[in-house]
Amino acid sequence: MSRVPGFGRIDRSRTVTITVDGVPYTGHPGDTVASVLLAHDVHPRTTSVKYGRPRGITGAWTEDPTGLIQVEEPFPEPMLLATTVEATDGLVVRGVNGQGRLAEVADTARYDRRHHHCDVLVVGAGPAGLVAARAAARRGESVVLVDDRADPGGTLTGTETIDGEPSPAFVADVVAELADQPEVTHLQRTTAFGHYDDGFVLALERRGDSVDGYGLRTRQRVHRIRASRVVVAAGAIERPVVIEDGDRPGVVLASAARDLLHRHGVLVGREVVVFTTNDSAYAAALDLHEAGAGVRVLDARDEAPRGWARACAERGVAVTPAATVRGTRGEERITAAVTGDGTEIPCDLLLLSGGWTPAAHLVSHVGGALTYDETLGAFVFGEPVAGVEVIGAANGTLALADVLREAGGAGAPHAPAEDDGAPPRVLWRTEGDPARQFVDVARDATVADIARAVGAGLTHPEHVKRYTTIGTAHDQGRTSGMLAIGILAELTGRPVAAMRPTTFRPPFVPVAFAALAGRERGDLFDPVRTTPLHAWHVAAGAEFEDVGQWKRARHYPRAGEDMTAAVLRECAAVRTSVGIMDASTLGTIDVRGPDAPVLLDRLYTNMMSSLKVGRVRYGVMCGNDGMVRDDGTVLRLAENRYLVTTTTGNAAAVLDSMEEWLQTEWTDLRVRLTSVTDHWSIAAVAGPRSRDVIGAVFGDLDVSNDAFGFMTWQDTVLDGTPVRVARISFSGELAFEVSVASGYASAVWARLLAAGQAYGITPYGTETMHVLRAEKGYPIIGQDTDGTVSPHDLGMSWAVSAKKDDFVGKRSYTRPENRNPLRKQLVSLLPTDAATKLPEGSQIVGFCADGRLPAPPVPMLGHVTSSYHSAELARPFALALVKGGRDRVGEVVHVPVEGELVPALIGSSVLVDPEGARRDG
Amino acid sequence: MQLISCPWCGPREEVEFSYGGQAAVAYPEHPAALTDEQWARFVFFRDNPKGPFAERWVHAAGCRRWFTAVRDTRTHRFVSPSEVTS
Repeated sequence: MSRVPGFGRIDRSRTVTITVDGVPYTGHPGDTVASVLLAHDVHPRTTSVKYGRPRGITGAWTEDPTGLIQVEEPFPEPMLLATTVEATDGLVVRGVNGQGRLAEVADTARYDRRHHHCDVLVVGAGPAGLVAARAAARRGESVVLVDDRADPGGTLTGTETIDGEPSPAFVADVVAELADQPEVTHLQRTTAFGHYDDGFVLALERRGDSVDGYGLRTRQRVHRIRASRVVVAAGAIERPVVIEDGDRPGVVLASAARDLLHRHGVLVGREVVVFTTNDSAYAAALDLHEAGAGVRVLDARDEAPRGWARACAERGVAVTPAATVRGTRGEERITAAVTGDGTEIPCDLLLLSGGWTPAAHLVSHVGGALTYDETLGAFVFGEPVAGVEVIGAANGTLALADVLREAGGAGAPHAPAEDDGAPPRVLWRTEGDPARQFVDVARDATVADIARAVGAGLTHPEHVKRYTTIGTAHDQGRTSGMLAIGILAELTGRPVAAMRPTTFRPPFVPVAFAALAGRERGDLFDPVRTTPLHAWHVAAGAEFEDVGQWKRARHYPRAGEDMTAAVLRECAAVRTSVGIMDASTLGTIDVRGPDAPVLLDRLYTNMMSSLKVGRVRYGVMCGNDGMVRDDGTVLRLAENRYLVTTTTGNAAAVLDSMEEWLQTEWTDLRVRLTSVTDHWSIAAVAGPRSRDVIGAVFGDLDVSNDAFGFMTWQDTVLDGTPVRVARISFSGELAFEVSVASGYASAVWARLLAAGQAYGITPYGTETMHVLRAEKGYPIIGQDTDGTVSPHDLGMSWAVSAKKDDFVGKRSYTRPENRNPLRKQLVSLLPTDAATKLPEGSQIVGFCADGRLPAPPVPMLGHVTSSYHSAELARPFALALVKGGRDRVGEVVHVPVEGELVPALIGSSVLVDPEGARRDG
Repeated sequence: MQLISCPWCGPREEVEFSYGGQAAVAYPEHPAALTDEQWARFVFFRDNPKGPFAERWVHAAGCRRWFTAVRDTRTHRFVSPSEVTS
């Protein structure tokens, strides 16, 4: 065991058991997978992706580029770091080499999100973040404090003194004070992974099995935080020095070894060589020495810092200044460090410290510019970004006393300054073979690879990154990015300050899609709209189709029927007796005000002001370009009031467009628009016997053709409930639309069914409706049109007023292109074999006499827009947009279908009852 | 995700708004009097400046009112407070 008594913040009174690669290991709460393994002297070992070299772990947190594992239990999750996965009872993991495995079963855990609005968000609960959060809370600001580790304190190891007390007591005091503030939210295990405009930050909370105050067990939670001010106190990331064979297991960052010791009580090695370019590694050297390791320090600087050198001398830690490590020896694990003069120092652990790179990510996300700091050898925040503050190590301030002052201002807590420190030396690599100097160990990319990139003419870090793949692994170059820039500068002979570092983009850590999706999965993925009759449709065995967010009954198959058979039966019922359909989803807009007639005259191509109260008119709406946007019926309810219907999927867009005209162009019109789609439920009763059904249900109505003409509406009352009945037909048959307030829909529907029983009333769905309307050549906007089709192209010149001075789209009709006789026009197509149902979307070509397509490019005449089997015609038919189609009526064209040319006859778009004799019954 | 200041509701998230293109492109008084080219310019042509741009926005998922705002297309920042369309 490498567990050291007296060190670590793990809970030794309890144990947890995890399984790694099939072997059970015991650890303690507070452990990670990595610390459990290291405590058992098992060094996590993977194999590098390109060269198959052995790799251990080199970091203690998200900076580790190598220790990837696959979690199997409690739920499969790929590509996590052994250093960041907390050890919990029952956890099962295995090591992976570059490729994880996604779960093959649905994840039943809950993922959700929470919104926060605050004065200040502090990212990082290290010394800087804690002090900044406390200062803000004392000013009375609302504060959200997030930190990605399990405990607050950041890099504080517990050995420091703050305001005269040990740092753990200081941290506990601050946390307790924050917990007392109602306006402070403090979240641990929560990683701010993306920073966006105007103080918007996304943070991922790993909740494990904990249950929140609402009794909810949520595995992960995304916090959406909108802050007036964002304080980035995310710390800094230590980087190594690039040496030969520096990827060998047992080569670890100095700060990582120290972190493992103080958090988890794990001593990573017994014979330790520390190679450093700066003061920070001395603390690691002394701490590991105190924990029982033999330690030697090699300092790359000409002189060791005097204060640290004294402390080492007192404890018997040898310090050699002006010394470097060139490489390593060993097979599966390091056995010796090779110094710059060739001496081999036996060891089982080599700690590297090449300096600190501020965690610039969250500022880079919002476009913050970075400038090079010659002393640090790293990029720091340059120009300030409005609403963003950077403090502490994230700002390049490393000494604790300075960090506290920077974070706390006048009332800052105090820490004793370090004695006789020395500035770091900026050193990217030591002498050695570039092909064995690994820069990004996750990508197996070496100094030789950077040299190759330079040789290929690439000099910008962004280009070199893509050429070498340095910084593109799961760790996004946390430890390697700065090294790559420094080495690139060296190889190109340019100052580092002249380099522009690569851009950091969200997410800072990998985030599971499940977390981003939150609860918007399955039924909650998108709102589902159902009509008041939905339960009836379900009980009647309807198959549904999605129309926008609506669930619409598509057809009602009986036992043994497929869709084709059901639709043919439903069509025949409407054409020969009576059918009933739920049309409640039609968009319905109430248009009211003294200028309502003026508005509708301007929006519709035909005249609506001349429509008499009590009458109904079909209308077409176009855009300024003259192309059809929507169609529907318009009922005039009163002098100043209309009811406008739109296609189901277009209802919102039509209302929006009407509002836009009213609010931005015709602000003088006194009109109010109200969406009443959900208020009304509409039953369409269609077929020759529909009059009998309506007459039977609504005894007060005279339903004779003379008293209740086509395209008129009447109000009546059924058992005290107001009902509106309109003679509108979308099938060409005698038909009525019955509108009633939605709460009464089921009752009225039941009465209509009962009255229709004598005639075999047949519920029909949208598919049947589509067939019936297509037989009559009525277009569906959005299916038979595509935004390039004018009313004239649809054969609806009759719906375009010649009398009105202007309406939306009118001016475009006089453009030459709109009068081009070769524009595509809506026609019908009858496959001459009377058997083939042409696939919708099929292209149409001229008749090929030899039965073969000519060599490409083949001139296209148009395409099939709608295609069905017709019960009435006893054959398949189609609607199509064909160039100059109306002049081609009677012509046979070819439609390529799965390699065969199907001949089809062009006809008028109206195939059933062209005289319109059936509409009056 | 940006905040956009709705003149009626105050700052709200960008997803609540829809974009309406260049502001102050008035519907011609007499479309019939325009040449085809003049009409096409009205229907299809819009400015695309690099810098401040007066635009129409609608608070679609809020009060549903249209307003005009000036935005710098280089930075996406709204450079003037929003004002209600006349």
